[in-house]
Amino acid sequence: MIHFVVHEKGDGVGVVVVEGCAKGSKAVGWIMDPDSTVRVELKNDIPIGHKVALKDFKVGETVIKYGVDIGKVVAPIKKGEHLHVHNVKTKRW
Amino acid sequence: MISKKTKFWGYRRENGRVGVRNHVIILPVDDLSNAACEAVAHNIKGTLAIPHPYGRLQFGADLDLHFRTLIGTGSNPNVAAVVVIGIEGGWTQKVVDGIAKTGKPVVGFGIEGHGDHETIKRASAAAKKFLQAASEIHRVECPISDLWISTKCGESDTTSGCGANPTVGNAFDKLYPLKTTLLFGETSEITGGEKLLEARCRSPKVWKDFMAMFDRYQAMIERHKTSDLSDSQPTKGNIAGGLTTIEEKALGNIQKIGRKCIIDGVLDKAEAPTSPGLWFMDSSSAAAEMVTLCAAAGYAVHFFPTGQGNVIGNPILPVIKICANPKTVRLMSEHVDVDTSGLLRREMTMDDAGDALLDCMLRTANGRLTAAEALGHREFVLTRLYESA
Repeated sequence: MIHFVVHEKGDGVGVVVVEGCAKGSKAVGWIMDPDSTVRVELKNDIPIGHKVALKDFKVGETVIKYGVDIGKVVAPIKKGEHLHVHNVKTKRW
Repeated sequence: MISKKTKFWGYRRENGRVGVRNHVIILPVDDLSNAACEAVAHNIKGTLAIPHPYGRLQFGADLDLHFRTLIGTGSNPNVAAVVVIGIEGGWTQKVVDGIAKTGKPVVGFGIEGHGDHETIKRASAAAKKFLQAASEIHRVECPISDLWISTKCGESDTTSGCGANPTVGNAFDKLYPLKTTLLFGETSEITGGEKLLEARCRSPKVWKDFMAMFDRYQAMIERHKTSDLSDSQPTKGNIAGGLTTIEEKALGNIQKIGRKCIIDGVLDKAEAPTSPGLWFMDSSSAAAEMVTLCAAAGYAVHFFPTGQGNVIGNPILPVIKICANPKTVRLMSEHVDVDTSGLLRREMTMDDAGDALLDCMLRTANGRLTAAEALGHREFVLTRLYESA
């Protein structure tokens, strides 16, 4: 059973693709390219469609998804935590 | 699933273009003429009024776009014939003349000097004749290369980028070698992924033309913004669905053009392409504005991937919804034409998903109504460039 999807090896985030992913659960992720599996223990409840951090991030670091820059970290994030608008912002606009 | 030998049943119009619907539309030039158009469509069952709020005191490029959109809508091959109604005769005739270049039946009526009653009476008589003539037009077998397909996503979330959008990309990669005419756009929703498009452009000139449109749009946003747009782009719905930044949204958006097809050229808003291939249209990322521009550019079928569940349709352009979010598919199933949520459970391959969409596309082209058509979604939204004079 897959709980989250990672676009590319090297991405710092996975996308939760099932409902009910709860804090403390050991989530299984499918890395689409190349086809492989990764596991992470969730430190927050993460809704379907939302992202889980696959590594620790410091403020100012860049978040990579699809192998590309999707924004900057504005509050520290631990591996397994919910990564979203409360800790990551756009570098544009 | 499809090859150069694939055919579909369409309506071949006077100018050679092929439509997949056979609408007789009652088209207002301006807001003031909506009531008369709706009265005519009420009188003559089976015709379709397309009301909208604009068309008075516009000028310059904004007025040009207004005319291009109305004329393009009337000229679309999904339309068999058009009755145009405007408050006065001058601009009404301009729209009629533009549509008449396709060779299809079109007639215009100005309200001033006649009033609504007399205009509705005369326009209803014309609409009745057009409708009866259109009802005798038969579908004919057409090669797949006659099909024009546009795409735009909406109420996206992160599942759009891993499921619904790459499904469109897979289908586009299969349609491109068959000499179909494809379109994508949403200029602001390339932000963060623009450099990835350089390798996808046919030539340095296409890349330069694209970047000129991209930079102009960015400058417009910079000029008017009062924040980092975090309430508008991504939208509240995008954010609720898990999208965090415009860059992340844009990278998901770009999945719609697949991995192989080449961007052959760029188009202004509502501008028709001149040859088969994949075209980029400079356009708003708001769903109904963009889909309206696709219809005005002459597209016959539209692929609309969604994550959180956008419900959009168009009066003349069948909008096929693709969704990979299992929660949305469960809660809003009546809006979903192609369910690709199996992708995220690894129960479906991307090839399977692309083929499922192409199967739905052919059935839609042959006449099957989309969810949006069955539900009566007819959003028609004109893009405005600036204030009226």
